[in-house]
Amino acid sequence: MKRFHRVFIAAVVFAVLIAAAAPPAFSAEAIKMGLVFSMTGGAAAYGATQKEGAELAVEQINAAAGGGLKIAPIFEDDASVPQQGTNVYNKLINGDKVIVVIGPTLSNTAKITNPIAQQIGVPVLGVSNTAGGITEIGDYIFRNSLTEAVVIPNTMKVAKEKLGLKKVVLFYGNDDAFTKSGADVFRKTLQAEGIQILSEQTFAKGDRDFSPQLTQIKAQNPDAIVCSALVEEASGIVSQARQLGIPKTVRIIGGNGFNSPALIKNAGEASEGVIVGAAWNISSTSPLNVKFVDDYTKKYNRPPDQFAAQAFAGVHIAYQAAKAAGTADNRKAIRDAMVKMKGLDTVLGKFAFTEGRDADHPPVVQEVKTGKFVVFSN
Amino acid sequence: MNLLAQQLVNGLFIGSVYGLFAVGYTLVFGVLDILNLAHAAVFTLGGLVALWLVQTAGMSIWLAFPLATLFAGLLGLLLNQVAFAPLRKRADSQFSGLISSIAMAIIFEAVAMGVFGARSVRFPQGTVSVHIWHIAGVTITSLQVGIVLVAALLMVILTLFIQRTRIGKAIRAVAESERAAMLLGVNVNGIIASTFFISSALGGAAGILYGLYFDALAPDMGRSIELKGLAVIILGGMGSIPGAILGGLAFGLSEVLTVAITGTSNLRDAVAFTMLFAILLIRPSGLLGRGKMREA
Repeated sequence: MKRFHRVFIAAVVFAVLIAAAAPPAFSAEAIKMGLVFSMTGGAAAYGATQKEGAELAVEQINAAAGGGLKIAPIFEDDASVPQQGTNVYNKLINGDKVIVVIGPTLSNTAKITNPIAQQIGVPVLGVSNTAGGITEIGDYIFRNSLTEAVVIPNTMKVAKEKLGLKKVVLFYGNDDAFTKSGADVFRKTLQAEGIQILSEQTFAKGDRDFSPQLTQIKAQNPDAIVCSALVEEASGIVSQARQLGIPKTVRIIGGNGFNSPALIKNAGEASEGVIVGAAWNISSTSPLNVKFVDDYTKKYNRPPDQFAAQAFAGVHIAYQAAKAAGTADNRKAIRDAMVKMKGLDTVLGKFAFTEGRDADHPPVVQEVKTGKFVVFSN
Repeated sequence: MNLLAQQLVNGLFIGSVYGLFAVGYTLVFGVLDILNLAHAAVFTLGGLVALWLVQTAGMSIWLAFPLATLFAGLLGLLLNQVAFAPLRKRADSQFSGLISSIAMAIIFEAVAMGVFGARSVRFPQGTVSVHIWHIAGVTITSLQVGIVLVAALLMVILTLFIQRTRIGKAIRAVAESERAAMLLGVNVNGIIASTFFISSALGGAAGILYGLYFDALAPDMGRSIELKGLAVIILGGMGSIPGAILGGLAFGLSEVLTVAITGTSNLRDAVAFTMLFAILLIRPSGLLGRGKMREA
């Protein structure tokens, strides 16, 4: 009996030693990366493709790394709400001790969660936040998603040139940080371009019936409907607008929330002609992008969207920063490397961060044509 | 003028869905004096099951609609058996039934989430072919007309059923007095079960119509209509079927007009519920409520 005990204790001690010895050896060459996406809730449509894009990037980087620097990803779901985002950030930063965080999906969540990372000094790279006031949180907060402030003016300028817009209606969700700040940029741009705003109509998150507002809009007979909404509401707006008999010549011009294949899938025929400014278009012919679209389509049996592309690029940017800094566990060194990054080749094009740690790369304008996003040319 | 007419049509349409939903609430309340708070979950499941039948089983909506309605009715029987019947002997059965129906609602919603996922899902394109009519500047789709007609038809059938048939008369007898009905040889438990069946079937039908029109079904969609349904039956008069219909229409119209006038949906619920208070101040028993007569 006694002998058995001793053997047992020896075995336990041995096991503990191995367990204690193994992780440091591994983590020295793997970046602990926390990835926070909305896998459930209102933004689940975006979170799902973001996760896929990030997974593909991690897989390819680790396969190519050989004995070199790898990524140890930890995926978490923020459920599209800031409260859950806060829980997840606390777990990743204090529990898992991640070196860098990618995410969260929504600007609304980022505004609450990112101060936690800033306080402790963990670099955060947003891959889909486009509202104002995100990177202003602090010097550890970055994003590779072009802000509405860059994309929208470009979209409106092109749309005005090609469609000769004179008077429009502004329609937006007024209880969400992202849709509201999008509407602010639209309003400013419309004023700068000298396009008259006939009226402003708003809706709330979770609304399903937009017919009262759309009926008012129809009666005002605008040249176009300028709309800041997330894809769930955007789909309802687009299909109900056409059902109410607003003609297809009245284009619907959307912000970043419209930029998802889910819009085309949900609204179907009604989505034809919708104009969306974007950071990325699937038909871009750079070799890196062609390979990404190919690999993604092969792996998931459907083409990627912008959110997948930005998440894919985000993982690469964080990885390249760590590589340039020559570290897998120094948060500050990785942050400094991100600041210095210049002209990095990504699926989004030549990429750098601005002085304010926002994305710097060329935007595109696209429209829906025969069920696909293509570059807008009237 | 066209504008107002169009908004009235919009309100009529959403109001008829509210009415159909609320009739299910009011039916159970009228008979049992119990609020069935799982009604909204049955509404959701009705819509989701119809979607599943169309999308996965490849049925036409004309077959899927009655089947999903039937399924919702069966859920009602389950509700009665699990959440209400075991508690009926208790002195506090009204309150405990209310709580256990909340529990059932949570279970139903969790099941819907597990089976259908958290995302909004949609009926495939072309499930119902939509024609668009322009009449005197007012745009109406065949889908809207169909939904109002189905809602109206179901309500007419229900009214005739309650007034003319033997079961309907028995339901009214149980509503009047359970004990007296039992003494007269009415199978009270059977009548309560059939009330739940009818109520839930109507709730499920409302869910399908709602899903078809708004084209966005999600496990939590019942929550958006749950409170409105309660407000509608209070507005119309607790237990009154025509009251629920009238209340639904009034609620739908007030919502649509509020949004149309203010240009925002922020005040939508505030105005609707303020109107509810105002009407209750003038008519405490609701629009078509019968006051305390039945208590005697």
